[in-house]
This record gives sequence, C-alpha cells and structure tokens, in this order.
Amino acid sequence: MITLEFLVASAIGVLVAGGIYLSLRGRTFQVVLGLTLFSYAVNLFLFASGRLVVNRAPIWSKTVTEYADPLPQALVLTAIVITFGMTALAVILMLRSFLETGSDQVDGVPCDDAEDEPS
Amino acid sequence: MNLAMHFAIAPIVIPALAAPLALLVMRRRRRLGITISFVSCLAMLAAAIGLMIQSRDGIVRTYELGGWEAPFGIVLVTDRLAAIMLVLAAVLALLALLHAVVTKADRDGWHFHPLLQFQLLGLNGAFLTGDLFNLFVFFEVLLIASYGLMVHGQGSARLKAGVQYVVVNIIGSSLFLIALGLLYSLTGTLNMAQMGLRIAAIGPDDQWLLRVAALLLVSVFALKAALVPLHLWLPRTYAVATPAVAALFAIMTKVGVYSLIRVVPQVLGDDAGSAAWAPAPYLLPAAILTAVVGFAGVFVARRLSEQAAYAIIGSTGTLMIAVAAWQVDTLGAALYYLIHSTLAGAALFLIADVVARRRASFADTISSGPAFCQRQTVGLLFLAATIATVGLPPLSGFIGKLLIMESVADTASWGWAWGAILLTTLAGVIGFARAGSAIFWKEGPVSDGAEPSHPARSDMAAPVIALILLVALSAGAGPATGFANSAAAQVLDASATARAVLGDG
Repeated sequence: MITLEFLVASAIGVLVAGGIYLSLRGRTFQVVLGLTLFSYAVNLFLFASGRLVVNRAPIWSKTVTEYADPLPQALVLTAIVITFGMTALAVILMLRSFLETGSDQVDGVPCDDAEDEPS
Repeated sequence: MNLAMHFAIAPIVIPALAAPLALLVMRRRRRLGITISFVSCLAMLAAAIGLMIQSRDGIVRTYELGGWEAPFGIVLVTDRLAAIMLVLAAVLALLALLHAVVTKADRDGWHFHPLLQFQLLGLNGAFLTGDLFNLFVFFEVLLIASYGLMVHGQGSARLKAGVQYVVVNIIGSSLFLIALGLLYSLTGTLNMAQMGLRIAAIGPDDQWLLRVAALLLVSVFALKAALVPLHLWLPRTYAVATPAVAALFAIMTKVGVYSLIRVVPQVLGDDAGSAAWAPAPYLLPAAILTAVVGFAGVFVARRLSEQAAYAIIGSTGTLMIAVAAWQVDTLGAALYYLIHSTLAGAALFLIADVVARRRASFADTISSGPAFCQRQTVGLLFLAATIATVGLPPLSGFIGKLLIMESVADTASWGWAWGAILLTTLAGVIGFARAGSAIFWKEGPVSDGAEPSHPARSDMAAPVIALILLVALSAGAGPATGFANSAAAQVLDASATARAVLGDG
C-alpha cells in the first residue's frame, strides 16, 4: 500500500539524490540544475516538517478542533522566494563567468574534448 | 515604549533605509552615495555603541517586532555579545568603506554602496535575532549581498571564485533549512529560547533525529566559519575579492563562530538529551586542524592577499580552540580574540592592497621587485599588522593568545591546544617574515617596463586606523576582557536569556 508518507519521502529522496549528483558535476549548467533539484527537495522537506495531514483547517475554523500547522507553509514560501533569487543570481553569475573565461567548468579550467564526458 | 527601547531595531533599519537611497542617487552623484554610506555607517556605529552601553547592566533586552509576543512573533535579543558584534561590524564597515572610497575601488562597479549597506543589514540582523528561521533569512541577506560584493570589480578570476563561493553557500543554506525543518518538527518552535526549553521534552524515540539535526546545524555554522574540512571555499574567494571587500569579509567567518556561540549553549545545552553539546567532541580537533592548515597556508602563500586569507582561517582555528571548551573563561578569551582577529585580518587585507598599488606589475606577489615608493612606511605597517596577526607582543594578538592558553590550561586536552597554538604561531612568524623580507628588503630584477605608480599616502589611512584600534584594544585589554568575560557568562546562562525572552511564565 502506497501511503502519503512513502510518496513524499521517496520524492524527497529522489530529488536529493539527483540534486547531489548533478551538483557534483563539473559543468555549471548541470550544477545549477542540481542546486535547483536540491532546493525543491528541501522545500518539500520543510513542508512535511509540520506533519503530513489532509483535510484540516490551516488557521481557524469554528467547527474543528484539529488543525494543520500553518507555519511550515510560511517557511516554505520564504524559502522558495529566497531560492528563486539565489538560483537566478547563480545563473547570471555562471553565464558571466562562461562569457568571461570561455569555459563552463566550475573551476574555470577548460577541459579537453577527449576528457569531456558526453552530456 | 519610549525611544530608547527602539534602539535595538536601529542597526537593521538604518542600512535598510540607506541601501535603496544610495542605489537611487549613486548613478548620477557618487559623492552623495558616499555621503549616505558614511552617514549610515556612523549612525550604525552610534546605535551599536548605544546598545553596548545599555547592555552593560547585564539585562537581556528583547524587542518584539510588530508587538507580537514571543514565541509567536520574532524577537530581537540584545545582550552583551550582540552589542560586541554590532560594534565590530560597524567599525569594520567604516574601515572598508574608507579604504574603498580613498582607493576609488567603489567606482569599479555600480553598486558598491548599496551592496555594502545590504551586507550590513544582514550582518546586524544575524547578530540581533532570537529566532532560528530569522537567522537563516538574515544569513541569506548577507550572503546575497556578499555575492555582489565578491564579484565587485569583475574580472575572470573573481567570477570564477564567485561561482564556487555561490554554489558552496547555496548548498550550505539548503542544509541549514533541512536542520531547521528537523528541529521545528521535533520542538514545534523556531524561537531559540523556547526551543532550548522544549528540547528537553523530546522522547527517546526521536533522540537520533535530534542528534542529526543538531550536527547538521553545527556543520552549517562550521562551513560559514570555514573550519577544516569545510574551509576550502575561503582562500581563493577572499584572495581575489576587492581588498576593501575582503577586509569586510573578515567578519563573515566570525558570523559562523557567533552563531555557534549563540545557538549551542541556548538550544543544545545540558538538557538537550542526545544533542547536548553535540559539537563538543568534534570541535576541538577541527579547530586545531584549522589553525594548523591556516598557518601552513600563511607559510606557503604566493601572494599577500592569499596569505591574509589563510591567516583568517588560522585565526578562526585559534579562536575555536578556545570556544570548544564552552566555559566562561575560555569563551571570554575567545571573544576578546575574535575582536582582535577580525581587525587584524582586515588590516592585513588592506595592507596587501597598499603594497599592490605601489608595485605595478609585481602587485602583491611575495617576490622581490624593484624598490617602490614609501617602502619603509608600508613595511612598518606590514610589520605591525603581522605582529598583531601572529600574536607577538606588544599587540592584542599576544594578549588574546595568552588569555586563550591560560583559560584552556585546566581542560583535559590542554596539551593539544597549547601545542597547536605555539606551533602555528611559529609557522606564522616564519611565513610572514619570509614575505616581508622578500617584498621590503630584497631588491629583485628591475621590472618588465611597467611604470611603478606613486599613489598618495592617503590610501594608508584605513590600515593605520585599523592598527590604532588594535593598539587601543591592547592598551584597553583590562576593560575589554572584563566585558568579554561578562558577555561569555551571559551567553552561557541560557536559562536567564530564556526567561528574558519568554517572560517568567
């Protein structure tokens, strides 16, 4: 039986795995993608930190006694905005770096085509 | 609420107002931008000194943003430690600003002044906040401004180092968020004081999760503080940054150290179960390695700015050797050394720039070139700054190291600490002596035709002021250590802070 917890946890796990793998690549474009995946995973994780519940009122309702935790949603919103800004900045910086140095390697060293892995 | 109670928010509001203002006027009128920047920094310094005077009575003051009571709203907490850090940040900002304006480095890009103000906004906020998520937000503010400052002046070396700096810090921020999420899900709060109280009630089933969260959080702070093995991002970044910016960045590693000093006693104190003093077993070895790696770097560096960057790592290591014991007297010594090492690191970066501006194509490489103008004066400045950095008498580095060694003498691992500090001091002395004799004493081959420049003496103003401050710190070591010790006692008394933040209930 696939539960909600299993789905969310495996989604986070897959995103983190992909994110870490891509972040460790040598090319800036892949690194940006990796950072983005990683931050998606973090956002999902933060979202789940208020426990996974369905069909509950977020802040206040006359009829119910049990609530969903609204705070993680506020945290995720903040985190999304910040990550978005950071990603945009990273992209621009890497683009400038590529145009200036003529290399899209993270360490700025152009690599030979022989060593270059197919992407 | 009278006006004096609003003092606490001033170090955040002032740069927040000054930054957009400087941005608006910068393009047309550079002078106006400079004026705004200076006025803002001076106002910040005044507010910080005001807070320091206010905090002398030992009361932990809180400022509830928007009038929302803690723990529901975000609180700013001003105590002695926060006041020390605020004054240090404002002083360093003034030095960096002065040097940037005098050397016209602020003209290399469009947005130096606004970015500097945003950087200060982040720094001051991080020093003041009593909320863990808010600490993350202010970290991001100071980081995103530092990305801009880092590549200020452009050039391929800066952009390359900038990319690495940004990637490392984005990953660091993500880990910070994971740690925050774990801690929130375990304690249900983000207020540091309340988290410290609730952490004791975590059940045995969740202890392993708590430990993971605590160690993740500590790792993030260690990354910011550039502790070995998380130090690799620092040397290249700082060595290629615009010197005035690098001088300001001297406080960035201290933000990591500050966060450790703030969060560990408050949240991960005696009651924290499996996470009680979680970093303790790892911190001392990491600190000793950091000191060794830093001063080994001083020994092998090829440029003065690179040497200064490694000196920053080394001094952070020395500092953490003292912090790792988590006692009042060691922490007091650490705080005194923190003030000293920040100023000394900044002075080194500024002097590296002063040298580079005079040596044409030789720049600040540690190699013998033709004689350059004002060589004696610059040499004396370099001598004074290195004496301070490695900790020889009579400057405050000596006093700081002495205090650290005296205070760790009664801990179990004092032998390692003493050995590391003494050895690294020796390595530092030799490394700096080698650099100094190559640059200031020997005359090498005549240059490759590049005309040596003759900049005015005014560019030595900022390093001279930094050195005067170090002299003052040595002369006023008595009151300074007294204040540092009482700040340390206040930080370690987590329950008093919790009472002040949350009320007596």
